[in-house]
Amino acid sequence: MSLFKRRMAADLILKVVASGLAAMVLVLLAWILWTLVIRGASALSLSVFTNPTLPPGRGGGLANAVVGTLIQVVISVVIAAPIGVMAGTYLAELGTKSKIGGAVRFVNDVLLSAPSILIGLFVYQAVVLPFGGFSAWAGSIALAVVILPVVVRSTEDMLRLVPGSLREAAFALGAPHWRVVVSVMWRAARAGIVTGVLLAIARAAGETAPLLFTSLGNLSWSFDMTKPMASLPLAIYQYAGSPYDEWVALAWAGALIITAGVLTLNIVSRLMLAGVKRS
Amino acid sequence: MTDQTLSSPSDFAASTPPSIFRGGKQAADATFRWALFACGALVLVVLGAILIQLFFGGLPILVAEGLDFFTSSDWNPVTERYGAVVMLYGTLVTAVIAVVIGVPVSFGIAFFLTEVAPIPVRRPIGTAIQLLAAVPSIIFGMWGFFVVAPLMAEWVEPAIAAVLGPIPLIGILFSGPPLGTGILTAGLILALMIVPFMSAMFVEIIESVPGVLKEAAYGVGSTTAEVFRHVSVPYGRTALVGGIMLGLGRALGETMAVTFVIGNANRIKASLFAPGASIASTIANEFPEAGPGSLKLNALLELGFTLFVISFLVLALARWLVKSRLD
Repeated sequence: MSLFKRRMAADLILKVVASGLAAMVLVLLAWILWTLVIRGASALSLSVFTNPTLPPGRGGGLANAVVGTLIQVVISVVIAAPIGVMAGTYLAELGTKSKIGGAVRFVNDVLLSAPSILIGLFVYQAVVLPFGGFSAWAGSIALAVVILPVVVRSTEDMLRLVPGSLREAAFALGAPHWRVVVSVMWRAARAGIVTGVLLAIARAAGETAPLLFTSLGNLSWSFDMTKPMASLPLAIYQYAGSPYDEWVALAWAGALIITAGVLTLNIVSRLMLAGVKRS
Repeated sequence: MTDQTLSSPSDFAASTPPSIFRGGKQAADATFRWALFACGALVLVVLGAILIQLFFGGLPILVAEGLDFFTSSDWNPVTERYGAVVMLYGTLVTAVIAVVIGVPVSFGIAFFLTEVAPIPVRRPIGTAIQLLAAVPSIIFGMWGFFVVAPLMAEWVEPAIAAVLGPIPLIGILFSGPPLGTGILTAGLILALMIVPFMSAMFVEIIESVPGVLKEAAYGVGSTTAEVFRHVSVPYGRTALVGGIMLGLGRALGETMAVTFVIGNANRIKASLFAPGASIASTIANEFPEAGPGSLKLNALLELGFTLFVISFLVLALARWLVKSRLD
């Protein structure tokens, strides 16, 4: 075989292998989703959404876990989103060249990839032990720590996309700095900032590890923030490892619900983001 | 008027605004900037608080065991002897398996998405692969435990053992009963979990390679694969290594997926088929039996501190490598 033919063959082989690898990962994604749909849909019924978790054989559902996840995620967003947006604004507006700004950006990147179970351990030490027990508050705070770096990062990125001429025009009109940020920068980057918060919600909603030692999980209804509270990922974790077929089926139903929710949020925010970047 | 000038808005942090803005506005601005700074500083405080809590939480076990904690493979709640070697081994080996398998796959995907795929389908396929990163880790755990592990036990591990088992030295890694759950399965699941992150980073890095470099290579007759291997990859080498480290950092700390499939056994076996334990899986599994004030809780917190230090170093190195190239 001539050198030319050998090189062309090597090129073709690499292209085929690369396409095959991409196809393989897509097939694995489809396989995971297919497993969820097949095993989850057969266990889905109305009672899953209306009944709380009950002992095996009594037709329990996941209603308390769904509501618990919603409550804890909403509270964690209320805590973390404003702080995260402010911190991201600090990085984009004041900390572009300063050393402290660089340190904050670096630490935020580390937090972004830090093992989430350590956040659970941290909140156990800092909140659960001093305040005398597992509570939904502790779970919400742990999720807030998960959300915070995501919001900080996306807010900074989005503010940097705002054209400099916009802010200069506002300054030229004599607007004070806070007015420029609030009425021009935040308004211009609004869609992007909201998208970042949505992505952060999608990430927090599926987190299990930070909740293990904080909100603990709860088999019955609870709306008391100072008591342990159920959540979908925790219920999935507890049920998936149980010896009862009925509970394992419920775990699959929960897995389908949480994955459908998280992926929908993700796709919606990605579509929004594509719109932001195009405009 | 002072002689200060506003050269750029970002100078606001360092300089006070011109004095014509006296009164309310200036006070409002100062308050606003202070609030922004406080929120930024809170990020530092959170990291500091995590480090301090884990460090002091784990301190009693260091007092009790000394540095033996990091060299002993004994983990026995009955005799209250705790050593971290089994978990360190499990954490490192699963993460290394994940990187060894995940990196070539990610390079393949990056090559496919930047050079091979028709342009209209690049974005959708890239997004679909990114969706894999959004799937909660507990889902990977369930899928791994209920779907992958039985397949591993019945087909994959016996096949690997048949092919690689007879080879001296390497064969030991693939010996023993094919249980399905174990170090190898955990590494494989982790590989699948870090591929979306790494391939997205690789694509970004490869796309930042200046077009003229690639065109020059094409101009002297290189094939697509040759340009990728000999121009794009060497150009982005530093950042690519950073991307790999980022993947490694993710794999080290992954909890739920590993907990489901690693088998949770406190011992080290030479075989990769054997069950083991990682730091994160041990914390998740053993925490319910560790009451407040117990030595076991201290041991788990010290494990957590160790994991934090390891992943902090890996992530810091990764970020430094990535930034030094992309900036």
